[in-house]
Amino acid sequence: MLLRVNKATTAKFSLRKRPTSEKMVDVGFKNIVVAMASMVAVVLFSIFAVVYYESTESISRYGLRFLFSSAWNPVTDEYGAFTAIYGTLFTSIASLLIAIPLGVGTAIFITENIIPESIRNVIGIMVELLAAIPSVVLGLWAVFIMEPFIRPFLNIIYELFGFIPFFSTQPLGAGMMPAILILVVMILPIITSISKDSLKQVPSKLRQAAYGIGASRWTTIFKVIIPAAISGITGGVLLALGRAMGETMAVTMIIGNSNNFNWSIFAPSYTISSMLANQFGEADGSQVSSLMYAALILMILTLLVNVFAQWIVKKLSLKYQ
Amino acid sequence: MNYTSKKSLTYNPSLSRNIGNNSLTIISALFAIISVLPLILVISYVLIKGGSYINLDTLILEPEPPGDDLLSAGGIGPAIIGTFIMTVIASIISIPVGVGGGIYLAEYSKSGKFAKFIRFGSNVLAGIPSIIAGVFIYAIIVSTKILFGSMFSGIAGGISLSILMLPTIIKTTDEALKLVPNDMRRAAFGVGASKFTMITNITLPAAFSSISTGVLLALARAAGETAPLVFTALFSRYYITSFDDIFYEMGSLSVLIYNFALEPYEAQNQLAWAASFILVVVLLSLNILSRWISTIAVFSKK
Repeated sequence: MLLRVNKATTAKFSLRKRPTSEKMVDVGFKNIVVAMASMVAVVLFSIFAVVYYESTESISRYGLRFLFSSAWNPVTDEYGAFTAIYGTLFTSIASLLIAIPLGVGTAIFITENIIPESIRNVIGIMVELLAAIPSVVLGLWAVFIMEPFIRPFLNIIYELFGFIPFFSTQPLGAGMMPAILILVVMILPIITSISKDSLKQVPSKLRQAAYGIGASRWTTIFKVIIPAAISGITGGVLLALGRAMGETMAVTMIIGNSNNFNWSIFAPSYTISSMLANQFGEADGSQVSSLMYAALILMILTLLVNVFAQWIVKKLSLKYQ
Repeated sequence: MNYTSKKSLTYNPSLSRNIGNNSLTIISALFAIISVLPLILVISYVLIKGGSYINLDTLILEPEPPGDDLLSAGGIGPAIIGTFIMTVIASIISIPVGVGGGIYLAEYSKSGKFAKFIRFGSNVLAGIPSIIAGVFIYAIIVSTKILFGSMFSGIAGGISLSILMLPTIIKTTDEALKLVPNDMRRAAFGVGASKFTMITNITLPAAFSSISTGVLLALARAAGETAPLVFTALFSRYYITSFDDIFYEMGSLSVLIYNFALEPYEAQNQLAWAASFILVVVLLSLNILSRWISTIAVFSKK
């Protein structure tokens, strides 16, 4: 009986070889998507290759001296990127130091059960929408609204602590401090949203166990929740650092663009990216090569930070799944 | 020694641990308020200040050269068109390549060495500062005049924006396709579909809404970018009149804001605020649209 049924079905549905056209479409499609995926590698390598190639003239001419000299004189053809490198590192790290407590604190506030969930969601969405505002608009806001507003406060700091080298010049408008503050605004959403995601992934069992043995809310947060989510938070912080180092427009508009090195955070300064934005359009000859050298340094810095971020997320990533 | 008295079991706000807890809660609430404050301030300034300069003339006219006319700076019409054109050029390049790359990662090589390398590479590419994309395009397209002898051009600007969109699109396509259950793939193979048919008729449609979320977010980011355009597309005050004009300098909203914000003239500054209004409204709507699409996705992360 069973055999007969089988026979009937095989008779009805005969085996069909795939037509060659179908096979060719399959193989062709695979080759196309492989080629498209390879585009990422091609673009990445050519960015490095092109920037390196364009900067070889400056690299062979100045070598590492370029990193420690703050000369930038197209007339005498002397270039050095110390001010820009210092500005890049100082602004990004200072903004990170301000943004970490704010961002992680906000992330904790909107993942803990403190206020109703609907309000927490609204705060979360608002912080994420902040990331959608283009940096040039933040720059415009910083130039016309934020900087005039904070200048009196900076002046008070200058008058009280002017003897400290970091506060030793009078704030007169564009400078490093407003740039740091606008960078805080830009990297806050990154730190907040990534910290929020990793805090949310911590299993509720851990929290319940901590509460069960009598830990208070904040003991639980500091001793259990944050350590469990530390990989994601660190990854987010490092991504934010990379973003802060490469951020161009808002910083260019508010940092004052001066290549004179100054310890004071109220004085105009430079970052690598603002130097590129400012000078690339009109540069020629060995200045282009020097700018490319600076771009190469910026790329290597952000690359190191990003690779380290990916590595640390893998290394410390959650064991609770 | 009365530890079991009823009093020790009731909440006592003056205990040091409760004071510490409550003050930390208040501090975290303060941090949340400080974090939200910039968004509210920026948005309200842009909407109120920028919105007040919006009228038909600002939307249509061409911008005047700074200092020419102290009362009126013209309009932002060409910049709106320019931003639109360059975003379209960037999409034409990056959407097919990004979706194709994502298909390869998710459907053909889930954990192969090459796929791992490409995933790593697209993360690295996503972290590269946007101005570097501009420098790169300047070096290979603008300074070599490789595109029919044109130097600064709208098409160069579009290409540099596509570099910024690519990693986001690859990543979201990859993740969206991974969320499609394997049962659907097996069912498609079971009824005799080829892999090409399976991908185009089953998994891509199933992941469509998640992919479009990523594409919209990438678009929104590209439309607001300035740094890669400053020395690839440069700026132009004129409307494009023919197709050939994409091979010449092209204005954009973001570069207009950058250029005119730093002018010493009031009229130009007002134009920069008006342009910010348009840009912010468009980008926020794109973001909210993408959030709405992600809520109707068939297979989502939850």
